[in-house]
This record gives sequence, structure tokens and C-alpha cells, in this order.
Amino acid sequence: MSTFLGLPGAPRGVGHLRQDEPFPVAARRALADSQLRRNLGKATSTIRAKRAAVVGELPDWEELRAAGQAIKARTMGRLASYLEQLEEQVTARGGTVHWARDATEANRIITGLVQAAGATEVVKVKSMVTDEIGLNDALAGAGIAAYETDLAELIVQLGHDRPSHILVPAIHRNRAEIRDIFLREMGDVDPGLTDDPAALAEAARRHLRRKFLSATVGISGANFAIAETGTLCVVESEGNGRMCITLPQTLITVMGIEKVIPSFADLGVFLQLLPRSSTGERMNPYTSMWTGVTPGDGPQAVHLVLLDNGRTAALADPAGREALHCIRCSACLNVCPVYERTGGHSYGSVYPGPIGAVLSPQLTGVEENASLPYASSLCGACYDVCPVKINIPELLVHLRARHVEEARLGRRMPSAEAVAMAAASWVLADAGRLAAAQSASRAGRLLRRRGVISALPPPLAAWTRARDAPLPPRQTFRQWWRAEHVSPDHRSPNHGDPDHGDPA
Amino acid sequence: MRIALFATCLADTLFPAAARGTVTVLERLGHQVEFPAEQTCCGQMHVNTGYQREALPLIRRYVDTFEPHEVIVAPSGSCVGSITHQHAMVARRHGDEQLAVRAEAVAARTYELSQLLVDVLQVEDVGAHYPHRVTYHPTCHSLRLLRVGDRPLRLLRHVSGLELVTLPDAEVCCGFGGTFAVKNADTSTAMLADKMRSVLDTGAEVCTAGDSSCLMHIGGGLSRLRTGVRTVHLAEILAATR
Repeated sequence: MSTFLGLPGAPRGVGHLRQDEPFPVAARRALADSQLRRNLGKATSTIRAKRAAVVGELPDWEELRAAGQAIKARTMGRLASYLEQLEEQVTARGGTVHWARDATEANRIITGLVQAAGATEVVKVKSMVTDEIGLNDALAGAGIAAYETDLAELIVQLGHDRPSHILVPAIHRNRAEIRDIFLREMGDVDPGLTDDPAALAEAARRHLRRKFLSATVGISGANFAIAETGTLCVVESEGNGRMCITLPQTLITVMGIEKVIPSFADLGVFLQLLPRSSTGERMNPYTSMWTGVTPGDGPQAVHLVLLDNGRTAALADPAGREALHCIRCSACLNVCPVYERTGGHSYGSVYPGPIGAVLSPQLTGVEENASLPYASSLCGACYDVCPVKINIPELLVHLRARHVEEARLGRRMPSAEAVAMAAASWVLADAGRLAAAQSASRAGRLLRRRGVISALPPPLAAWTRARDAPLPPRQTFRQWWRAEHVSPDHRSPNHGDPDHGDPA
Repeated sequence: MRIALFATCLADTLFPAAARGTVTVLERLGHQVEFPAEQTCCGQMHVNTGYQREALPLIRRYVDTFEPHEVIVAPSGSCVGSITHQHAMVARRHGDEQLAVRAEAVAARTYELSQLLVDVLQVEDVGAHYPHRVTYHPTCHSLRLLRVGDRPLRLLRHVSGLELVTLPDAEVCCGFGGTFAVKNADTSTAMLADKMRSVLDTGAEVCTAGDSSCLMHIGGGLSRLRTGVRTVHLAEILAATR
């Protein structure tokens, strides 16, 4: 057993990976928001059905998943050499590669590149990693305005809000709320704007068109980077990303180091897995790929910023590193019964849902997002839909163990929970002690009302706030067994049923 | 066949009818059930709460107790899921390869009740009679860890007098999740509320499942709301006769 305290995680005070408050506290507030529950339930059930339909069309879906998993595992095993190959290829084709240890360094590099290009405005492709590092805030601090061009990211930006979903950052908003945000924040909008989705999209389109035509710097993330060719790839639905990638003179791409894949052939696997898992489409409308600089066509200055920000620390945990296989499809969010009810903001990180619960704590250090690995009932629905077969429930259990073990090292006094768990282990390690505890638990029968227990002391009071607790039976199973099977007159097949319908 | 029963600590202590039902069904089918008295708990609560070190003695006890037995059954998808998917993993994580190998061998002989009946004993009609309207909730670990599929439904369809009604959104978690139900009580309760609505929509008198733990959660909610719908373990239904 080992711990992984040595390597640096994502730094504090920058970006969006850390909880401000524990998950149960944030979730409690979200659960009380009936509009949010309705918006999320409707959106996730719609996209779940779409995904299930298009995945069901492919007879080789399980083989594709296995291939995706294998490519990612192979890449993580030799990540450093693939990254060096990528750098070599991008450089050979006229691009410039920058290495960023963490969010602070990445923001400094990108700000410097924008300033060197003489720009005060940038247009952005939807990107998780720029949200992760808080790039827009960093640029604003240097007097540079960043315009989000993905419709949902635009809604979030105009609403002074935070994204709550990997694919659909404004999933927590319905169209009436979006209209209100546009009317309030979009200076050039028609005051008669309705909440018809086509009208909302048209308003955004007009608003963004002017930015596309004037901006000289575009900033993107990358879904994939191909080591053997130096090709970068962005997958999107709207075409706004392609505008940002093709129109400006300077294109800056930021990507986490785990996004590299070995070869062009590998891309074929992921381009089948990603759209079906993500938007529930057979194929996404826009797949943009670029390799270095093409003279006279598109951006003439192409930069690639390779970001660590805790990824090497995650890679150092042989069990936990599987979280780095994620291709950000968000299928696990849409199928998660916890996410569907609490929404993305409860996770406190740009990466919400089941994958966020295993990724964010590894990027920051488990102690910094300690409640996230517990924000799951371990139902396993996420594992079933993951296109690269990340065993999220097993990772959650692993991170819970890391949290307990690291806390044990750091504390002088064990927590109340640790004491209770040690006591339970002592009782349960011996059948005689268990039998004695069972006898003692029958005192619980004194708490009964209507044949159940409706109020238990803390910490079990959290159980009886909404549920009755069962009454300990008059006879445990092992007592019944001894009476029926071990006593000398045994062998009657008719045991009777001493406890069923136990009268209170 | 000689079959060793792992009653599970929860059924032993709080829901003995589920373990008794398992004994009744298997004996009625002509099998000899044994209850190794040294058994306690599979250790899942400790593993899933992060206390793997504390789970180790429980895993060792399970392996020591059941190693001599050829076929082992438990009335719980969740406990069997922990035995088959966690025991060896925890032992390896703590550097005990020998225990891990033994745990794998014992786990390979450990079955959840519907797996044992349908796959090993190859029986779907266990001769039960249960004249009630029943809906079945497939618990997450039986469904997604053990892949029991429709085995419990096949068993229920052969119970005479039983009217089986389909549970809407059956495969969605009920919100129990072990210590999740206490650590994230509000989220757990929100999930429970939706599960209860599905159960009530069926008009069933009884909600059944293969896990006492999930039934304790669903039943606790149904009881608190005075719905008049009760939860009964699958083993009790299969044990019932005219």
C-alpha cells in the first residue's frame, strides 16, 4: 500500500477544481431547488435515451470500448515518450510547443502569447481545460477580453455563472432563463426576443459573428492530439469552434497532457465512441483537425500549451490513473442518479459527476476534495456507459481508502468515524462477539413505535430523518438456526416462521 | 447438494426471515444446507467507506470459514458482489497475495440466491405460492456487479398466485449506498423519493429485491410515509407455500 503525497497537485487560488464547501452541504441546497431538479431531470433523461438508441445500433460497441480502453492504457504507460513525439512533430510543422507545470504557469504563458500578438480580445472554442485553469479571469486581469463562442459557454459567461456539465455547461438553465440572461447581458439583442430555441440561437449567432470577424487570436482546447503526426483535433456541434480555429491569425491550444493518442488510426476508435456517448449522435457535425502551420491558410502562428496541473500526480497512482483515460463525453453524468438530482455545481469543480468525483481529488490531492469520493451510492451505472470502460465505482472506493489512509497519517487523534469503524471491525471479526452485539442490539426494541424505529441517535439520526429503521427481531438467524438445526430433535423440514409479522 | 449458507451480518441480525427463506427453499428442493457458525460479515461496509485495513480481518474470516465448502450461497447481491469483486483486491492492496488467491477461489464458489437456483441448481420453479401483487427492484450490485439479469424475474414468474408488475425506471439506484445513506442523507432521500414514486405507481402491495439492505432503505421510506406497501426479500417469497 502506498500513498501519493509527493508530487505537486493543481495549485490553490487559481482555476476551478476545488470545492468551497463539502458536497453534502452544496447538494442539500441544490436538492431544494425544484426548478433545477426539473431542468436536470428533463435534460438528462432526454440525452440518456438518445445515447442508448445510437449505442444500440452498433454491434461492435463493446469491442470499440475495449479498444478505446486499451489505447488509453497503452498511452498512459508511455506518456512521456508520446508527448515528446508530439512536441517534435508539432515543431517540425511550424507550431510552437510550451510546457506548463500548472494553471498559474499556463495562464502566464497564454497571456504572454496574446500580448505578444498585440491583441486585447480573444475568441474561445468551448474547452474544459481553460475553465479548469481559470484562463478567462487571468486574461481579464491583463486587460484582455475573452469571448466564449460555444452557445452554452456563452450563456454561462453572460450569466456570470459557472458551468455545471462537461458537454452542456448550461444544463441547469431552461430556455426562459436563457432568454432573460440574453435580454439582460447581450447589449445588441432584440428586446422582443422570445424563448424559442431557434430565436435564442439566432441572437447568439448575430452577437458572436462580429467577434469572429474582428478577433486576431483564437484559443481552443483539444479533444485529441496525435503524437505520430502532430495533429490537433477539436470535436464540436455548432461550427463556432471552427470559426475560432480558422479565422484568427494566432491560434493557441491548451491541452492536458493525457489527451495525446499515439497514432492517426487510434482517432478512428474515439471518433466512433465520443459522439454517440456524448451528444447521442452517430457523428458530430464538426471535426476540425490541424497540423502545425499551413502557409497562406488559416492561423500563421500556432501554439500548443501542454498542461500538467496535477496530472503527473494522478499518473503516479497505478490504480487512480485510470481517471486520466476520460475523453470528456459526459455519459457518466447523464446516467448518474446523484448528478441528476444535485447538478454539477454541487461538485465544486469544472469536472462534475462521477468522473469529476474521481478526477478532481486526484488533480488537487484527495484531502482538498475529500467529500467527492463519497458523493456516490456506488450504483455502477457510470461504469456501464463509459466509452473507455473507466471503472469509476472501483476508483471511488480506492480514493476513499486513500483519503482514510492519508488522514490516518496526518492526524494525532482518530476521527469518531474511524473509532466506530475500528469497533465494528473488532465485533465483526469474531462470531461470538457478533452474537453478543446482536443480543445487546435487541435493547433497540425499546425504541419501537408502530413496530418500527422512527428516531435513532446521531449519526444514525440522518437515517431516521426520512426513513423508519427496522426493529431488531426477537431471534437472530443464528439463534433460530441453533434451535432448529443444531438441537438433537432436528430434521423436521417444517421450521415454522417465528418472526414474520413480528408484533410490536 | 451440500450448500453452505452465508447469512450476511445484516440478515442475521435484522432480517433473519431472508436467511430462513433461503434455507427453506433449498431444503424443499432436496438440498442440505449448512450454516458455518464462525461466519460474520463480508466487510463491504468497511471497504466502501475507505477502511480497508479494518476490512482485512473480516475478509480473512470469510475465507477461513468458507474455504472448506464447495458451494456457498448468500441472500444478497451486494455482499456477493463485495466477495467476488473486492476481497482479493483489498488483500492485494495490503500485500497479502496468499489471501488474495484463496479469496478468489472461495469467491468463485459463492453465489447470490438467484444465481445459485437458476445457474447451478438449474431450477426456475421452486414450488412457491405467494398470492400478492409484487414489483421487483433489481438492486445495483446484483444487476451491474453480478449481472444476475432476469434470473430473479424468471423465479418470480413461476411463483403461483403471484401477480408480477413491472417497476418503472427499475434499474435506477434506490439511493441506499451503505454509508452514503447517512453521509449524503439528503441526496439519498431524493433518490429514495423517486424510487418510492415508481413503486407506488405500480399499485403493488409488495416490493421485493435480492438485498435486505436496499429493502431496508426502500421499506423504511414506505413505512415512514404510511403507504401500506411493504418490502419482502426474494427468498421469503420463494420460501412461501400454500
